[in-house]
Amino acid sequence: MSDEQTKKKFLYLNRKAPYGTIYALESLEVVLIGAAFEQDVSLAFIDDGVFQLMENQDAAATGMKGFSKTYRALGDFEVRKLYVEKESLDLRGLTVDDLMPIVYEDEDEDYAEKPSIILVGKTEMAKLIADQDVVLSF
Amino acid sequence: MRFAIQINEGPYTHQASDTAYQFTKAALAKGHEIFRVFFYHDGVNNGTRFTVPPQDDRNLQKLWTELAEAHKLDLVVCIAAAQRRGILDANEAKRQGKDGDNIAPGFRISGLGQLIEAGIQADRLVVFGD
Repeated sequence: MSDEQTKKKFLYLNRKAPYGTIYALESLEVVLIGAAFEQDVSLAFIDDGVFQLMENQDAAATGMKGFSKTYRALGDFEVRKLYVEKESLDLRGLTVDDLMPIVYEDEDEDYAEKPSIILVGKTEMAKLIADQDVVLSF
Repeated sequence: MRFAIQINEGPYTHQASDTAYQFTKAALAKGHEIFRVFFYHDGVNNGTRFTVPPQDDRNLQKLWTELAEAHKLDLVVCIAAAQRRGILDANEAKRQGKDGDNIAPGFRISGLGQLIEAGIQADRLVVFGD
């Protein structure tokens, strides 16, 4: 690890549905390991990536390990900004109510639970991506 | 400029590794530094020395190995992704009780922290994949 106290803006850009390919699961593995590096971390969900956050996932019939609960635990890893693109939801007939209620505890406000999911439009998403130091695309 | 390279796809099925190789070579030729090349997802399959492509085709593993030797590149294969896909070095083979290893010369197996560190240390992290 670096001795320099540089803090960079890391964005994990999730573009694919879970289970059909391994990208979503292995992206999460990077996020969890990366949390130890104490960078300024955001996650973004665009295109089929929004399916990763669907409520009531059950992977049992696929024979694969379900990992949707991990998203709910991200707050414990100081990962508190999950940007979801509204247009991607719209195109798939989804709303933010179809997604898991993911929260984090705000230590500055007596550990009140606050929503981690931030709904943004396409233009705002583009700005967010442009504003990063490091974009890991999955 | 100091680049870090991430390769998310294996050889041949996808162009990602070819493009990453050409980019890396071109960047080095222009005098840039390559901090690290990190192989993730199926990208770890670039690091097996057991591939035997037809003789009239490029051998991507060999190209990476040669580039690494010529420029002292740090080619890192993610251990978690490698374990899923059967890419082992001698230590891992022994630890997992497997009867052989297949890591190619010039590659090494290490953890995901190496990818994050590359993102921190490099001016640009360039991801090659689909």
